[in-house]
Amino acid sequence: MPYFTANAQPTVELAPAAAAEVKTTTCYMCACRCGIKVHLQKGQVCYIEGNPEHPVNRGVLCAKGASGLMQHYSPARLSKPLLRVGPRGSGEFREIEWDEALGLAQDWLGAIRRRNPRELAFFTGRDQSQSFTGWWAQQFGTLNYAAHGGFCSVNMAAAGLYSIGGSFWEFGEPDWPHTRLFLLFGVAEDHASNPLKIGLGQLKARPGTRFVSINPVQTGYSAIADEWIGIRPGTDGLLVAALIHALLAAERIDWVYLARYTNAAWLVIDDPGAADDGLIARDAAGLPLCFDRLTQTLTPAGAAGLEPLLMGAVSLADERRAYPAFHHFAQRFLDPACAPAAVSERCGVPVATIERLAAELAEVAFEQTITVEVPWTDSAGRPHAGFVGRPVSMHAMRGISAHANGFETCRLIHALQMLLGSVDVPGGFRYKPPYPRPIPPAGSPAEPAAAGAPLTRPPLGFPRGPEYLLNDAAGNPLRLDKAFSWEYPLALHGMLQSVIHNAWQGDPYPIDTLFLYMANMGWNSSLNISQTLHYLTDRRADGEYRIPRIIYADAYYSETVPYADLILPDTTYLERWDGISLLDRPISDPDGAADAIRQPVVTPDRDVRPFQDVLLALGAQLGLPGMTLADGTARFPGGYAQYLTEHTRGNEQGPLAGWRGAQGEQSFRGPANPTQLQRYIDNGCFWRTELAPAQRYYRYANPAYLDYAVAAGFIGSAQPIVLELYSEILQKFQLAGRGHGTHQPPTHLRARVCENFDPLPRWQTAAQEPAPDYPLHAITQRPMHMYHSWGSQNAWLRQITARNALYVASTLGAELGLTDTDWVWIISPIGRVKAPVKLMHGLNHHTVWTWNAIGKRSGAWALAPDAPEASAGFVLNHLIAELLPPRADGYRYANADPVTGQAAWFDLRVRLEKCSATETHAASPCFEPLPARQPAPRARRDAAMLRGAPTGNHTAAHREYLGGSQQKPAKEQP
Amino acid sequence: MTALPQQVAKKLGLVIDLDTCVGCHACATSCKQWNDTGHSAPLTDYDPYGASPDGVWFNRVHTYEVSDQGHSRTVNFPRSCLHCDNAPCVTVCPTGASFKRAEDGIVLVDPDLCIGCKLCSWACPYGAREFDEVEGVMKKCTLCVDRIYNANLPEASRVPACVAACPTGARSFGDLGDPNSGVSQLVKQRGGFALMPEMACAPVNRYLPPRPRAAPSAPPLTPRVAGFDSALLRWVDRLLGG
Amino acid sequence: MQPAYSVIFFTTAAGAGYGLLFILVLNATAVAIPLRPVLLLSGLTLAGLLVTAGLLSSTLHLGHPERAWRAFSQWRSSWLSREGVLAVVVYPVALGWAWLVWSATGRSLTFNLLSLLLALLAALTVYATGQIYASLKAVPAWHRASVPTNYLLLALMSGAQLMHALQLGLSPRPAASAALVPASIALAALGKAWYWWRIDRAPPPSTLGSATGLGAFGTVSVLTQPHTEENYLQREMGFVLARKHAWKLRVLAALGMFVVPLLAYLAGGLSCTVLGALAMAVGLFIERWLFFAQAKHRVMLFYGGLP
Ligand SMILES: Nc1nc2c(c(=O)[nH]1)N[C@H]1C(S)=C(S)[C@@H](COP(=O)(O)OP(=O)(O)OC[C@H]3O[C@@H](n4cnc5c(=O)[nH]c(N)nc54)[C@H](O)[C@@H]3O)O[C@H]1N2
Ligand SMILES: Nc1nc2c(c(=O)[nH]1)N[C@H]1C(S)=C(S)[C@@H](COP(=O)(O)OP(=O)(O)OC[C@H]3O[C@@H](n4cnc5c(=O)[nH]c(N)nc54)[C@H](O)[C@@H]3O)O[C@H]1N2
Ligand code: SF4
Ligand code: SF4
Ligand code: SF4
Ligand code: SF4
Ligand code: SF4
Ligand SMILES: [Mo]
Repeated sequence: MPYFTANAQPTVELAPAAAAEVKTTTCYMCACRCGIKVHLQKGQVCYIEGNPEHPVNRGVLCAKGASGLMQHYSPARLSKPLLRVGPRGSGEFREIEWDEALGLAQDWLGAIRRRNPRELAFFTGRDQSQSFTGWWAQQFGTLNYAAHGGFCSVNMAAAGLYSIGGSFWEFGEPDWPHTRLFLLFGVAEDHASNPLKIGLGQLKARPGTRFVSINPVQTGYSAIADEWIGIRPGTDGLLVAALIHALLAAERIDWVYLARYTNAAWLVIDDPGAADDGLIARDAAGLPLCFDRLTQTLTPAGAAGLEPLLMGAVSLADERRAYPAFHHFAQRFLDPACAPAAVSERCGVPVATIERLAAELAEVAFEQTITVEVPWTDSAGRPHAGFVGRPVSMHAMRGISAHANGFETCRLIHALQMLLGSVDVPGGFRYKPPYPRPIPPAGSPAEPAAAGAPLTRPPLGFPRGPEYLLNDAAGNPLRLDKAFSWEYPLALHGMLQSVIHNAWQGDPYPIDTLFLYMANMGWNSSLNISQTLHYLTDRRADGEYRIPRIIYADAYYSETVPYADLILPDTTYLERWDGISLLDRPISDPDGAADAIRQPVVTPDRDVRPFQDVLLALGAQLGLPGMTLADGTARFPGGYAQYLTEHTRGNEQGPLAGWRGAQGEQSFRGPANPTQLQRYIDNGCFWRTELAPAQRYYRYANPAYLDYAVAAGFIGSAQPIVLELYSEILQKFQLAGRGHGTHQPPTHLRARVCENFDPLPRWQTAAQEPAPDYPLHAITQRPMHMYHSWGSQNAWLRQITARNALYVASTLGAELGLTDTDWVWIISPIGRVKAPVKLMHGLNHHTVWTWNAIGKRSGAWALAPDAPEASAGFVLNHLIAELLPPRADGYRYANADPVTGQAAWFDLRVRLEKCSATETHAASPCFEPLPARQPAPRARRDAAMLRGAPTGNHTAAHREYLGGSQQKPAKEQP
Repeated sequence: MTALPQQVAKKLGLVIDLDTCVGCHACATSCKQWNDTGHSAPLTDYDPYGASPDGVWFNRVHTYEVSDQGHSRTVNFPRSCLHCDNAPCVTVCPTGASFKRAEDGIVLVDPDLCIGCKLCSWACPYGAREFDEVEGVMKKCTLCVDRIYNANLPEASRVPACVAACPTGARSFGDLGDPNSGVSQLVKQRGGFALMPEMACAPVNRYLPPRPRAAPSAPPLTPRVAGFDSALLRWVDRLLGG
Repeated sequence: MQPAYSVIFFTTAAGAGYGLLFILVLNATAVAIPLRPVLLLSGLTLAGLLVTAGLLSSTLHLGHPERAWRAFSQWRSSWLSREGVLAVVVYPVALGWAWLVWSATGRSLTFNLLSLLLALLAALTVYATGQIYASLKAVPAWHRASVPTNYLLLALMSGAQLMHALQLGLSPRPAASAALVPASIALAALGKAWYWWRIDRAPPPSTLGSATGLGAFGTVSVLTQPHTEENYLQREMGFVLARKHAWKLRVLAALGMFVVPLLAYLAGGLSCTVLGALAMAVGLFIERWLFFAQAKHRVMLFYGGLP
């Protein structure tokens, strides 16, 4: 009678059996690329956890990564190749076999390649195999290739690579263990998000550190910052310029560092009107000169024992005048226009705060100097007892880069770092291998090739001057997206955001096929969605689509799928091989180089193929060099896995750096190793090699590292990399704009080039300046638990956020008479969007914001047509113009940074109007729902477990699902 | 066994640092994931792809703003069962399905005994009980009882799923009954507090308060040059020891 | 709190049943009143029907009604379990009592003791029901001594009304116990008024600031909820009733429970009394609905609700 006598405590099964099988691989819910362990039971994925051994995440996971299995089992997965049968956008498709799909693609692309390879525009979005897709485009022979970086954060990359030879983004990070003061500009999440969170956690746990977040919105990381500076969007450059001003005025800068490691002392020719005005004075050997005050001579910069002049005029050998670069720098920033009092109002940061921050930077950099006691010798031969560190670190992302002035703002931040001597020093910002690289890295953009021939280089590269741009004889862009043209000369990552518009317009030329991979251009990754959809569906007079053919490779039923003609369905990330390569966007950390793979942990239950395999097969069918053997058969019949092990470039380098050589005994270089992938798998699907302690800092001038980097193939020579406070390359563009040199912009672009190319960083107004009708800034933030459009198909993640609100500062809400129950129209010059209001305190008064990519088009992603994402959620993309207002002659530039082509998502200006009582509370604009698709066959988990089988005996059901016995086993106690 | 144990050998629980939590929801979804195949499995989702997505979660992350004289700070606030010493959810349970383990203080529901009367969810002032409307039984945070002792898992994995996942390290797990444990020390150092002490539930979990935001005390910068011209005068002769 | 109709029906019907039983058995022990087996047995049947229907209905809101029997095990600590046990114990005692009535043993000592026991059990069961709610600290409007008192008084009142109707139905002569009707109405009305008066004036138990412990740092407000759509807690504990509706409903409940039955009593006659009983049922139903709907659960503090 247990129920009427003293009851025993129920027993609990404390040690249920672990999964039958656990496989390691790499997460793909975002570009952080954490190591995961996937638990499998009866061939089903049942649990995913972080891999504690993995260098990126060290066992932790984010909300997305931990929901990976719901991503994998999404009902929105595509299941078969599709050929459009209805008009574009109708979503009417016929399922076809892979042979037919590849045959069609071969027909379309083969004709293009024979005719004019540039008629293929191949653009990839969240691609993690860019070194491969770029290589494919190179073999095909089209210039028109890029991944998504152009609308993402190219400003960060370009500003960094053209000033410090590395960059923020995921290519560098603060020296977490040593930093004492950390400034974070405009980051909600970032790519290397788990390392960032791990690092912030360390900072918080270490007394005596300060973390300052500069961001219009106080959420996420800003919530735990010791100080939040609610800056006005687009004005960080002013704040940084004022910090520089204050530090200069107080003489609190690292003179020695500037002289040794930057080009501050390089002499700049001062000869207004001359073709070399503003260029660096060099000796006969081309070495930059400085003026040594000890010997009172002009001497090549960089040698030890010099006392280079930093200010004042110098006479060059030819009697012309020159000034050290720093002279110009000081002149610019000591100008009263850069004083805190001059910028305070515009950026919304009190003078006292700016002054205090400057004082704090100086105090921590110069009074709390730390030393990592490892002897080293610098490139000039000076021995050092240790690495001296200025423990001030900075990091920045899209809050800086997604403005049209982002390139300059980011350069300003790097200038501040150089001034404080905190680049790659203990406690400062640190590069992740293969960075630092020469400024800029080697390799210029490929030039067009003859029809049927491959490009001689990868399509994307780093122009070192006007002569490397891709313009035709008349100065018109050679690339469809106009990257590397006079309009966007340093568009290093291409301009995916312009491709659809330009293809529609036939500007600079019409194309035949638009080939997209993993980019949801029909919705959240487009500026001006309705216009984009119009471009995709618009027809010529003869009834042909203006963009004749669209091929798209997606894994899910995204908003873009219905707009393509041919769909190549991809697998999920758990079903394919992948290489996370040092040739690409590496996963290294400051202390070591690393790369990784993805292995298929389950086999697809649908008729889908890994896109990389498809590209290789298509390449072979097209007879592309590198993908075909002499006898015309496929070079990589084993698909991407075979490519990963066997493909080599340059000097025995391949996609994977680990376990090269016949026995797997070599790193970085070496012959292919047939067992390489297995070695990766045995090691948890990653490889990492640690730098020696003496190789970890001052790497731009640390021969111990530079020699290693040459051997590893990161860089071509062990020459020290001199950080550029002053950019001669940008001055070359300036000079071309002024009418010098062999390569000059067409007349109508001269002023634009002169205006936007400056050897020294400076703050510029963003493209869209305050218009009285649109007084508010409107920005977005990434939710930490959602990845762009993907998250909403995830049954768990959408429970966290299935709709979004417009956050309005409570002070502004009071002014406008808004409360939390109101809905407003958000109005920009190109449209209006309806949104519910949520007031908050921690928000810049002039700014409204919302979560990015929560709003969905009804019918997409296998969600019910009345899902909140579609019925109440919204995206701001409807309001962001893809083009700037017309110039006097009617020409319209892209809404982008004029140097790098970075899309200016965050320059959006709006006003709010309260919805009237009669306006229903539902999303607007409202698009035709996409036709619902038969959801992919659901995995068993989905059918039986997701809804929780109402058996009343869930333990047994659960057990059955897990593959254990049907019987509930006897419970045990420890 | 509805009566609370006279004494618990250990008081296992969580310590959550509100000063470090960035509100990323990793703890929430990793909890969902582990427990979806764990002691209280499944964590049913009701309308996973429909108009009202909702389901059973053991850990939910709130975000608050705390404003004081024009200054405001944002505080992320994860909530799960606090494994109360004096757990009212246990004593109200008519069936003995709810119980507090004598060996470690973990409060659990035996899903085979629960009749789904929901009374425990009414009794818990912290909203830590989750009724599974499909299964008809009450569920709740198990403190990952099927992980922390599980010899089938690698030793490093024997912590609650939420703790293992948390990227900022804002969550700690341990014996709060032992004053020398790491978690107890942390609570002591940081002034960890219990939620709603007035409810006399004696929660085991502790929250570490947001730290006061100390303003830096760097001496103000004293300008030494007044503009470029004076800088020029001073700096032309500057020795740099290059 | 979300009002659950099965629970509302259970508490009102079973309350009336136990109230009737209570009056019935005490009536049977009162020396001054002649023993009337017909009245006693039909009353017992009515009470049994009400209690049984109520108990059955109460299992409807269970996730697993088939396991309801498990609820008898935790009588040492759980009021719900105690209520269950008491409710079950009432049956054999009532059957024994009925057998004594049937076998016309008269007012033997056994009979009297059994009657008193039954009355006590009926009262205790109702008390236990009240205690289920009163023991919930998390619901301030329930966590008060007046809750079981109210349950008892309302049970007594509805029992008295039924008893009166039954007596009138069985013989037109008014019985002495009829005086219980106005008396119990008066008491119950007083009790209910006291309850409403108290909960309206109760200081807010906690605030978001005290619940989160963040109040020490300033004024706390909700920025984002953990999930954008409603969850179980919000549905179950987040039911809110606008104050103005509450007032209307209170007036209706009071009319139904107290005023109409009192007027009906004064008017006299069977049909009026039945009408009064019906009005009382409606009133009690509204009262019980309000009892839930007006009670706020502390957990809603975390969601920005409560005070
Ligand atoms: N308003 C606003 N808009 C923005 C931004 C912003 O901040 N605000 N941010 C911009 C930025 S930085 C970026 S990078 C873009 C991102 O924009 P996109 O690159 O378009 O990103 P996603 O929405 O993730 O879409 C990628 C597509 O990849 C598909 N996909 C997912 N997994 C796989 C797979 O395994 N294989 C294949 N083949 N396809 C897959 C998805 O279904 C989806 O259709 O958005 C931009 N848009
Ligand atoms: N969870 C998750 N992680 C992701 C992604 C995702 O979708 N979800 N996407 C990935 C991609 S493609 C990218 S590009 C990265 C981007 O990562 P982030 O750079 O973190 O991107 P956003 O979320 O756009 O954050 C921009 C931040 O800048 C702030 N901001 C806006 N304007 C300004 C300004 O003028 N000044 C300052 N100081 N701040 C400003 C915004 O408030 C916001 O906090 O994240 C990657 N990681
Ligand atoms: S941060 Fe999250 S989603 Fe991105 S790779 Fe890591 S675990 Fe996966
Ligand atoms: S938090 Fe709630 S569910 Fe957990 S032990 Fe305490 S009262 Fe029970
Ligand atoms: S719902 Fe289950 S666990 Fe909760 S009190 Fe009722 S029987 Fe006990
Ligand atoms: S301890 Fe386990 S069950 Fe509890 S919240 Fe954490 S992960 Fe969930
Ligand atoms: S995982 Fe950690 S940082 Fe993220 S919400 Fe949970 S406690 Fe906070
Ligand atoms: Mo991006």
